Amino acid sequence: MTTAAVDLTRLKTPFYPRLEALDRLHTWHSWKGYRSADAFTNGEIEYFAIRNSAAVFDLSPMTKYRITGNDARIYVDRLVTRDMLNKVGAGRVAYAVWCDDQGQVIDDGTIFHLRDDEYRLCSQEFHLPWLRAAAIGMNVDIREETADYAALALQGPNSYSILKNLGLSGIENLKLFGLRHFDFAGTELMVSRTGFTGDLGYELWIDADKALPLWDALFEAGKLHGIRAIGTHALEQSRIEAGYLAAYVEFLPANETVRTGRTRSPFELGLDWLVDFKKPNFNGRRALAAEKREGSTWRFVKLDIEGNKTASSAYIYADKRAKKNIGFVTSATWSPVCKKNIALGTVRMPHGKVGETVYVEVYYQREMHWSRMMAKAEVVSKPFWDPPRRRATPPGLF
Amino acid sequence: MSDRYDAIIVGAGHNGMICGALLAKAGKQVLILEAAMQVGGAAVTREFAAGYSVSACAHLLYQLQPQVLKDLNLNLDYAADDIAAIALSTTGDHLRIRGNHTEGLSEDDAVELRSFHARMTRYANLLNKYLNKAPPRLGVRNRRDLTTLAQLGFDVRKLGRKDMREFLRLIGMNIFDELEERFDNPLLKGALAVDAVMGTHLGPRSPTTILTYLYRLAGNQGRVAQMAGGMSTLSESLAKVARDNGATIRTNMAVKRVVVENGRATGVETEKGEVFSSRVVVSNADPKSTIMDLVNPRHVETGFTRRVHNIRMRGNAAKLHLALDGLPTIKGLDKKSFADRMIIAPDINYVERAFNPAKYGATSPHPVMEVTFPSLRDATLAPTGKHVLSAIVQYAPYNLKEGWDDAARDAFKQTAIDTITTYAPDLPERINDSELLTPADIESEFRITGGHWHHGELTLDQFMFVRPVAGAAQYEMPLEGLFLCGAGSHPGGGLNGAAGRNAAIAILRREKAA
Ligand SMILES: Cc1cc2nc3c(=O)[nH]c(=O)nc-3n(C[C@H](O)[C@H](O)[C@H](O)COP(=O)(O)OP(=O)(O)OC[C@H]3O[C@@H](n4cnc5c(N)ncnc54)[C@H](O)[C@@H]3O)c2cc1C
Repeated sequence: MTTAAVDLTRLKTPFYPRLEALDRLHTWHSWKGYRSADAFTNGEIEYFAIRNSAAVFDLSPMTKYRITGNDARIYVDRLVTRDMLNKVGAGRVAYAVWCDDQGQVIDDGTIFHLRDDEYRLCSQEFHLPWLRAAAIGMNVDIREETADYAALALQGPNSYSILKNLGLSGIENLKLFGLRHFDFAGTELMVSRTGFTGDLGYELWIDADKALPLWDALFEAGKLHGIRAIGTHALEQSRIEAGYLAAYVEFLPANETVRTGRTRSPFELGLDWLVDFKKPNFNGRRALAAEKREGSTWRFVKLDIEGNKTASSAYIYADKRAKKNIGFVTSATWSPVCKKNIALGTVRMPHGKVGETVYVEVYYQREMHWSRMMAKAEVVSKPFWDPPRRRATPPGLF
Repeated sequence: MSDRYDAIIVGAGHNGMICGALLAKAGKQVLILEAAMQVGGAAVTREFAAGYSVSACAHLLYQLQPQVLKDLNLNLDYAADDIAAIALSTTGDHLRIRGNHTEGLSEDDAVELRSFHARMTRYANLLNKYLNKAPPRLGVRNRRDLTTLAQLGFDVRKLGRKDMREFLRLIGMNIFDELEERFDNPLLKGALAVDAVMGTHLGPRSPTTILTYLYRLAGNQGRVAQMAGGMSTLSESLAKVARDNGATIRTNMAVKRVVVENGRATGVETEKGEVFSSRVVVSNADPKSTIMDLVNPRHVETGFTRRVHNIRMRGNAAKLHLALDGLPTIKGLDKKSFADRMIIAPDINYVERAFNPAKYGATSPHPVMEVTFPSLRDATLAPTGKHVLSAIVQYAPYNLKEGWDDAARDAFKQTAIDTITTYAPDLPERINDSELLTPADIESEFRITGGHWHHGELTLDQFMFVRPVAGAAQYEMPLEGLFLCGAGSHPGGGLNGAAGRNAAIAILRREKAA
């Protein structure tokens, strides 16, 4: 018996030849089946590229769906909790969450209103069955286009200068959460002023077969601006600084969660501002209205923790003596730019009000031996990192 | 359009009218809008050939809930109310079954039948209690829901340890195994199996056919009746009570859509463009057409839409009507016996074999049938001396592979006639005119998606707590102001009126709470 040879290696993004050439560490992991680097040279240096110069991250594996048709507007408006009909016109991008009928978050993502009746939805997870179900009875077409488009995030204070250098005229007028189409060597290049770092930054979207010319042109344009490819390690650090959520970290997708009480509503993720009860109907509305009346179970918190020991996976207590366990940390990092020990977490209501002091049980290892400390932490309201340059239009040149 | 009704009911099927009558009786302003020219939905008498009339869909009454009649002070005029089943045999050795009593059985089978019937009746009575109330919601802390749930557990427990185990063993089981284990007589097994699968997309070997058997038995304890004047007599009586209580019924008024304003059902718009407003809209149409066509999924949530979209409701029952010069002859059967219902299912495997092709989108070459000659007891249906034949013919899958066109319909009609002719060789000479309604015809004439008898398959996964779908089993839909009252909601189809009555109770209770 012969078996057909099956290629079990991971998928490669359209930028892979460039990534491979830069890679010095060989620390690849799978991102939805694609090869994605933890870091290329050094995670720290890559992190500082985000905050001090310009970082390029290959986000091609991001799941992408194209939503088109006469009912596309109504469709996305019913899908997500925020107002997409009146507030997100063509040329705008919206961060959004979508819920099941119980008001529990399935995922968060960005929705790009590309043109009239045409949207792109980007998310961490796969959602075709749900998106198709949401299309029942509507005149919309849902198509997955993850592999058809290559995407790069260009983030950091120099990112605007680099795009100017690239010759994207009009980029100076692009506002935060805006998008524009440009011509790039005869192909449509979509640029959105979005990102996962909480800094000045853009995302560039192009046909997969034009990926390499775009990469080359971008690096040429950024040569004198400290442009650098980064891996997920640096991105993760900046994502926590920005206070953004990650699926399977800050919440579990509701449709893949078995145990009751393990999912989260938008309110329980600090996303009250995304829930618009002025809309007569959206998925989860009835349940969320009830939650609003009756109160939530969980609260999302941002913690500023004393000391410098990262509080990964730590329990959170109301008291220093660890008598009352109120929740746990979901993401934690040392923030070099803020010089703070920071974390995101989930605690039981009514705990975790802004300004409240809680205690985080940190375990750390020094020369093999483990120590435990109860670190005092303050619940803060603002993202840890949110510089004015993120929204300045036009952004400053460097 | 200045009047605002308390309730608008879409559809004057028996359930819609029962619901409307009860709401009106409670002092509500009720408007019932029916698409057809006459009231009754699938319970109507209509002329199908010059001078010949017949109950066009449902033809026998065996489930009507006594509670409904009581609540509405209704006395019905039956042409007969104790109709026996005659399991036809080609040799003329027919079996006559009436409840637990059967002529022509071996001593062993007769004993078994008495015990089987007693047990089934016990379970059917238990079930019946729960057909007459909204199923409790699961996982909520509401007192009434918890009480009903506890009561259900208690009632099952009250059967006694042995009986309870037996009940729990049987409820999801197929009837084939149970009948095979108990009986020898092939005609008996065939006829009992037919009662279990009538109106479903199930064969005797399909799971939950014990449940469907119990369901059929539940309403009137298996007593089978025929309305004088056909089913319209029932429907007209219901319309009269509804009107007497103050409800308005308007026929030839198809509803195009439910008006939804600001997340609330506030009325309906008819196909003619008239708009009526109301505090609640109650749909007697099936759940799929209610949500998909009348409401539009954009007004409800995705999970709910998906569940409604996935309701299995592809009909399998066709209806055969023959206008006859006179009665045909059946070997071994006297004329009087033509007044009973005849079952064509010579053995239980015949029934399963009839079902097999339906799984693959083909009709049965040898269908199962329930054949009646209603004119024998009701002279109004045919010219003097002449007769009508009314038969349910299975299986005729809604999703016929080649599609239902005239040729497919004629072919299946011929198959049905040929099947009866096996027992009544002179039938073809007696036929003046004929009509076969396929599930596709039933869908378009009676506005039932898939032409399904129950407005949704009656299986455990679409029963009680999850009928029509999980989270919406209490008649109230997840759209404020919208209710269901038809066969697609709990408990299911057949002319039993429970859905209409339960819905009225739910609506009145909701009004009180608000
Ligand atoms: C072939 C066949 C044989 C059957 N035989 C029997 C039998 O012998 N005994 C028995 O007990 N049961 C029988 N049944 C089952 C029984 O007929 C049904 O379960 C029962 O009629 C359901 O009652 P209902 O009031 O819920 O709905 P329906 O009787 O279907 O009534 C619904 C009404 O709503 C109306 N409607 C729908 N949409 C609209 C709209 N948009 N605007 C206005 N009006 C609308 C329809 O026109 C219809 O009048 C049979 C069914 C079939 C298909």
